[in-house]
Amino acid sequence: MGSDTVLRNMVTIRPSLALLVLLWASADRHVFAQAELAGSWAARNTEDISRDSYPVDYVGLPLNDEGRTRALSYNESQLAMIERQCEGWPAFYFVQGPFGLKIWNDTDPITGTPISWTIGAWEDRAPMVIWMDGRPHPSRYAEHTRGGFTTGRWEGTTLVAYTTHMKAGFLRKNGPPSSDQAALTSRFFRHGDMLTVLAVIEDPIYLAEPEIVTKSFQLSAAPISPIGPPCVSAFEGRRPGESVPHYAPENNPFVDELTKIFHIPREAVLGGAETLYPEYRKKIKDTYVRPEPCKRDCGAPPLR
Amino acid sequence: MSAGRQLIVVLVAVASLGASVYVKAQNRGAPPPTATPKASAPIDLTGYWVAFVTEDWRYRMVTPPKGDYRGVPITKEALQIVNAWDPKADEAAGNQCKSYGAAAIMRVPGRIHVTWQDDDTLRLDTDAGMQTRLLRFASSPATEGKPTWQGDSAARWERPAAGRGSAPPPRFGSLTVVTTNLRAGYLRKNGVPYSENARVTEYFDVAPQPNGGQLLVVTTVVDDPRYLTQSFIVSSHFKKEADGSKWDPTPCSATW
Repeated sequence: MGSDTVLRNMVTIRPSLALLVLLWASADRHVFAQAELAGSWAARNTEDISRDSYPVDYVGLPLNDEGRTRALSYNESQLAMIERQCEGWPAFYFVQGPFGLKIWNDTDPITGTPISWTIGAWEDRAPMVIWMDGRPHPSRYAEHTRGGFTTGRWEGTTLVAYTTHMKAGFLRKNGPPSSDQAALTSRFFRHGDMLTVLAVIEDPIYLAEPEIVTKSFQLSAAPISPIGPPCVSAFEGRRPGESVPHYAPENNPFVDELTKIFHIPREAVLGGAETLYPEYRKKIKDTYVRPEPCKRDCGAPPLR
Repeated sequence: MSAGRQLIVVLVAVASLGASVYVKAQNRGAPPPTATPKASAPIDLTGYWVAFVTEDWRYRMVTPPKGDYRGVPITKEALQIVNAWDPKADEAAGNQCKSYGAAAIMRVPGRIHVTWQDDDTLRLDTDAGMQTRLLRFASSPATEGKPTWQGDSAARWERPAAGRGSAPPPRFGSLTVVTTNLRAGYLRKNGVPYSENARVTEYFDVAPQPNGGQLLVVTTVVDDPRYLTQSFIVSSHFKKEADGSKWDPTPCSATW
């Protein structure tokens, strides 16, 4: 084959070549100024954010009166009801629970542009699919699910996700509620092998101001499963049709438990925006008495 | 146009694009070479910020019980210090600022005030404990002197890469700070220790609030081969305030 033939063949395919160049440049523009989030991210849990080990412990939550009342009516025996055992937790549990994150993306097979990012599920939390393709959120009357509906965009190297359409659920496992009008804005900041997630939860029904949670994860060589084991409900002593376990809010027997153990004022135990600012620390300075030395659940035994 | 000329045109176009990409890739969002860290800041950290304590409330807003180190991966040697904690002795020895050192200060409920001390130094003051941190961008590290509560902090901006062929990137980015040369202190008020060998790495990010304000997120990673079995990682968040009207300098206290 002569050189003229080679040239002719190349020129014949020039529209395809130009198209490839355009696609390459276009795809690359999307990839730059973003961050790779795919992988397994381990939770180190060196900060206590879920705080659900006591029945009434709402410290750090900006609950309003309605949220506080609902929380005090909660009885954890509700989870023994067969129809509630597998109901799971809302989307924001991914920064409140103790587990790591498995994150991956699905891309357009031609341009390589991410269509969505997904945070894998746990046993008690649905996967979070973050749609990146510009689709709108559904109508406000559309079905609400446990995981909600999430869209995302990039701000530099930060992925910003916005979640709506969650079912009513809980801000913590010990009863502080979230409504079906709650919305979650998540920001994923990657710094090397560190991923910090900022979660801002807005709820016009139960919160006096947005709840803000941050949690950091470390990139892990050990794979984290993208799904949890299936939830299997079983009879745990409460028959279908029996009453829903609850407390009259004014008679919750655990309301003073944290005050007795840790000497934390009841108003702080019950949550409230005022208790989250430094002024509150100064307010209780002269009345707070440090508890006796810790005797149980003081920390994990040192490994070395 | 002949086939050969058309091919040349295509090749020249591709080469031009490649050259353009190369030049832009070299810049990748970087400011002009003469810009100072202050002038080239991709985010604005200056102003007054108040801690919003939604996490570790029991360990931050009140002094927790002696011996409670839940969540901190300490060593056996550290546990001895935890169990020997004596705040009155610390106070008497002039060590009342042990829980206000660089490894812990961003976790202390209070306000921070961030200003530019000069073109290369970001200054961070706290009203709780009245501490001053100097985050230096200078390429040559400061000469290490005697260890201090706030140590020596080396700062650098992190910026996203610019897109090929696109306009200059928006002003996104973050601040990374590495602090060493620390005086031994406490990660928590109740005597959970870090040693003078600790190394503190911090990442500062900003984000808008839903109601129009601004949030500051500080991720703190403390590595201490002596007192920690693994990294101690916390992330703290602050809300921006309009002014310093709530600034309330309060000295260090070992007992509260």
